[in-house]
Amino acid sequence: MESNHKSHPGYVSYIIVWVALLALTSITVTIAGINLGNYTLIIAMLIAAIKSMLVINIFMHIKYEDAIFKVFLALSGLTLLIIFILTFFDFIYR
Amino acid sequence: MTHNHDTAAVHHVHRDDVGARMGMWLFLFTEVLLFGGLFLIYAVYRFQYADQFRIAGLELNTGIGALNTIILLSSSLTVALSITALQKGNKFLSLVFLYATQVFAVLFMINKYFEWSAKISHGIFPGSEEMLNKHNGEILFYGLYYIMTGLHGLHVIIGMIIIGVVMVFIKNDKITSESYVKLENAGLYWHLVDLIWIFLFPLFYLIQ
Repeated sequence: MESNHKSHPGYVSYIIVWVALLALTSITVTIAGINLGNYTLIIAMLIAAIKSMLVINIFMHIKYEDAIFKVFLALSGLTLLIIFILTFFDFIYR
Repeated sequence: MTHNHDTAAVHHVHRDDVGARMGMWLFLFTEVLLFGGLFLIYAVYRFQYADQFRIAGLELNTGIGALNTIILLSSSLTVALSITALQKGNKFLSLVFLYATQVFAVLFMINKYFEWSAKISHGIFPGSEEMLNKHNGEILFYGLYYIMTGLHGLHVIIGMIIIGVVMVFIKNDKITSESYVKLENAGLYWHLVDLIWIFLFPLFYLIQ
């Protein structure tokens, strides 16, 4: 029974994460209004990555799950990354 | 005798919450690959038609996109809060949070409806005469816009149905403070819908 019940964050930490997510959203909208050329996309994707880490770790409880969950997550992320890299190798050097 | 039998039965209830959550995560990975393929198509064509994607992207309403981002992030918060409420044994509060999630989801879909109908009334939809006169890059941008936000919207609707079922389960004590993995898994699905939107928003609405 012990493994069926994991300790999770309480109300306050969820609300802190929510405020952080809203702050990051307003930052990404503000930065999109400034002309930074090619950096705009990189910064927007970086902020989106930080936001997803917050959602995955806290809201989706990955931080509190067994190591095997993190291994699976890393493997699926890596698979996606490899697919992107291989496709762009083909696209750029065609 | 009867008492002993009951105790034995309770000990043999087959239950593996970790396994149930792992199953849900494996399903979510297939969803990531489904959307990943679409993001890949988007990435390749954006590099090929950078200028036309920018022109087409300026047509989208950043305000509605930002509002929908705030709505979805808030709906993710209420799902997370509802799990905590149930863990603490507060069934009523848990249902209130899930109800709030449903309200957010409806607001999201209403925004989406107005956004799409505005586009369609301007003649911007796949196969329209207005679209066919545009450049290839713009046609691709709007094709991907409709497919990706449409598939995402479909996931919002499915998520609403799942959360609705979970709410009935909580009401009928099928999901309790002792056994709530169904609520957790419904929450995981909802957070995935939120995650996908986190990437859709800057890619479609914040092009400059």
